[in-house]
Amino acid sequence: MIKPVYSKGKLAAKTGNEVMAEAMRQIEPDVVAAYPITPATEIVQIFSQFVADGKVKTEFVAVESEHSAMSATLAASAAGARAMTGTSSQGLCLMWEMLNIAAGLRLPVVMAEVNRAISAPLNIHGDQSDAMGARDTGWIQIYSENSQEAYDNMIQAVKIAEKAKLPAMVTTDGFIISHCMEVVETYPDEDVKKFIGEYKPERYLLDTKRPFTMGSIELQDYYFEHRWQLAQAMRDAKKIAVDVAADFAKTFGRQYDLYEKYKLDDAEIAIVVIGSTAGTAKVVVDELREKGVKAGLLKVRVFRPFPAQDIAKDLAKVKALAVLDRADSCSGTFAPLYSDIASALFANGITSAKVVNYVYGLGGREIAPNHIAEVYDTLGKIAAGTQKPSTDVNYINVRIK
Amino acid sequence: MANLKELSKNPEKVTGGHRLCAGCGAGIVIRQAMIAAGNTPVVTVSATGCMEVSTTIYPFSAWKNSFFHSAFENAAATASGIESAYKSLNKQGKIKEDFRFITFGGDGGTYDIGLQSLSGAMERGHRMLYICYNNEAYMNTGIQRSSATPKGADTTTAPAGKVKQGKEQNKKDLTQLMAAHNIPYVAQSYMGNWNDFITKVQKALATDGPSFINILTPCRLGWNYKPEETMNIGRLAMETCLWPSYEIENGVYTINAFPKEKKPVTEFLKPQGRFKHLFKPENAPILEAIQKEVDLRWEILQRRAELGKEKKPA
Repeated sequence: MIKPVYSKGKLAAKTGNEVMAEAMRQIEPDVVAAYPITPATEIVQIFSQFVADGKVKTEFVAVESEHSAMSATLAASAAGARAMTGTSSQGLCLMWEMLNIAAGLRLPVVMAEVNRAISAPLNIHGDQSDAMGARDTGWIQIYSENSQEAYDNMIQAVKIAEKAKLPAMVTTDGFIISHCMEVVETYPDEDVKKFIGEYKPERYLLDTKRPFTMGSIELQDYYFEHRWQLAQAMRDAKKIAVDVAADFAKTFGRQYDLYEKYKLDDAEIAIVVIGSTAGTAKVVVDELREKGVKAGLLKVRVFRPFPAQDIAKDLAKVKALAVLDRADSCSGTFAPLYSDIASALFANGITSAKVVNYVYGLGGREIAPNHIAEVYDTLGKIAAGTQKPSTDVNYINVRIK
Repeated sequence: MANLKELSKNPEKVTGGHRLCAGCGAGIVIRQAMIAAGNTPVVTVSATGCMEVSTTIYPFSAWKNSFFHSAFENAAATASGIESAYKSLNKQGKIKEDFRFITFGGDGGTYDIGLQSLSGAMERGHRMLYICYNNEAYMNTGIQRSSATPKGADTTTAPAGKVKQGKEQNKKDLTQLMAAHNIPYVAQSYMGNWNDFITKVQKALATDGPSFINILTPCRLGWNYKPEETMNIGRLAMETCLWPSYEIENGVYTINAFPKEKKPVTEFLKPQGRFKHLFKPENAPILEAIQKEVDLRWEILQRRAELGKEKKPA
């Protein structure tokens, strides 16, 4: 249960989709272009009702596909508008071409993304394969553990994106967060609006005084510099995300960092995880701590930009570490989060920890405390030297022949 | 009708020095369309294609007004985002000027890969003019067939060979497809008559809603003719009734240009290298089939225009 931290905050029971739509109402973008898809549909529906009831000044464009949703959203942003959209799974896949273009054109579009499995087989339930597939498109990615984080992340994302001149997606785990009702603390409209401020783009298409060409062809002589600038902007966005979180904590009282450490400082065994499973894992950590086991957890919140150096430093003392991925990679080797954690450790000279990879929860497959307890149990054996760490991907709760 | 003296006072929004081929129809289309817009502020949107890559090679641009491009299949969706941003910012008093939005796409970006995006934008009723500079094949990637490529044309993906004589199918009638969207203004225009095209652009820009113009745009490279023949070939398309000039205003058809004498289609086909193989004696049946198709379409159009005369308000 969320404890209120803001003097003017209001507690209400809301689903993840409802709070994301609520954040969008308060942000009140100039343009929203979106296409419905399970489990993100509600966000668009609720927002459409805000438009129909005159609660927002937003132009809502009910486009005919997600490709057009991202095209219209990024073009509205180029024109000088604050622009947002929302999607999930296949919708994000269809947007893929335009995700790269939004980033390449340095347009600060913000998207509510509900994590869902990707086809085939068709599956509407929660896993992070969709957003993980878009992890290198130049989008800032902020994952949420619960509805409160989803709400707070949406508000912060607008500010981070506009400062970094990069698009940003805020994600929730499909159904687990999107359709789960929780108590959330929301802040007054005027305070949210004051926090994000007015959008003042440097250049925009509707500027009659300074018309310009955007979306040029660039050949061998310029393309590389602009792609370098994009990659650098992502590196620079780390500090921006930290600063915005500090600003947010100062304003509303809720603390955020690029990642969360849970009983990690003295931990000998630890799990790294993203999203709602962190909540389940924290319960397991508490139980183990009661038994005297030095278990800890690291939850990645801002996955792009990836805070590699800091994470490596904070994992330096861990003896055995499990990275839990709610997405597989089909790369023939490890899953996405593991690969980033492993390279972060290696690049920073940290080789003391034994690091194993688990893939779990694909297509909404249940991940229960006992599954996570088993992982910690294995980590304990690895740390004690009684079990060799596996050098391949492990799978949780799946029937393998 | 547009007036040349008045038009001469309008600013040139597309500068020379772009990299389009000598004799390229597309360059003429964009220049005339932008002259037609006059002093009204315009944001131009383009699909990926010859026109876009030839006018925007970074750090240069041939465009004096704002120009936006993002991808191939989404020019209309893109323009709808810009138009929506304008509506929102205008309503809030943040943008005060009266803007217009012109989108250009080739037949690849319009008839084929961009059709869904175009259909969606037209149905949603965004106030934008979409101009298809239709050169009847994917010219930017090297003359591949499109659904706008006419029967018998030699292209690099439907080439004339020992057993095949170029494209086997008839072209899609996109103008009719746009008319079926029941948008307020749809027109077909041709090259070699600036007044026909510019008048249509001005009518379209004055339309409070979506509008679409399909202009047959000779490509000297893909159609394989001498660059100085662009206007003549454009006119022959109209004079043979292969590409009639007409408009549909709120559902009412008007034919805008009648040939003095309807010429045989071979006069249009003959000067173009892409149809050269059709003039072998054994391919006479293909030429006959093309003529028959043109006659049928022209007949249907005339009947529609007859009905239009009855429906037109006096």
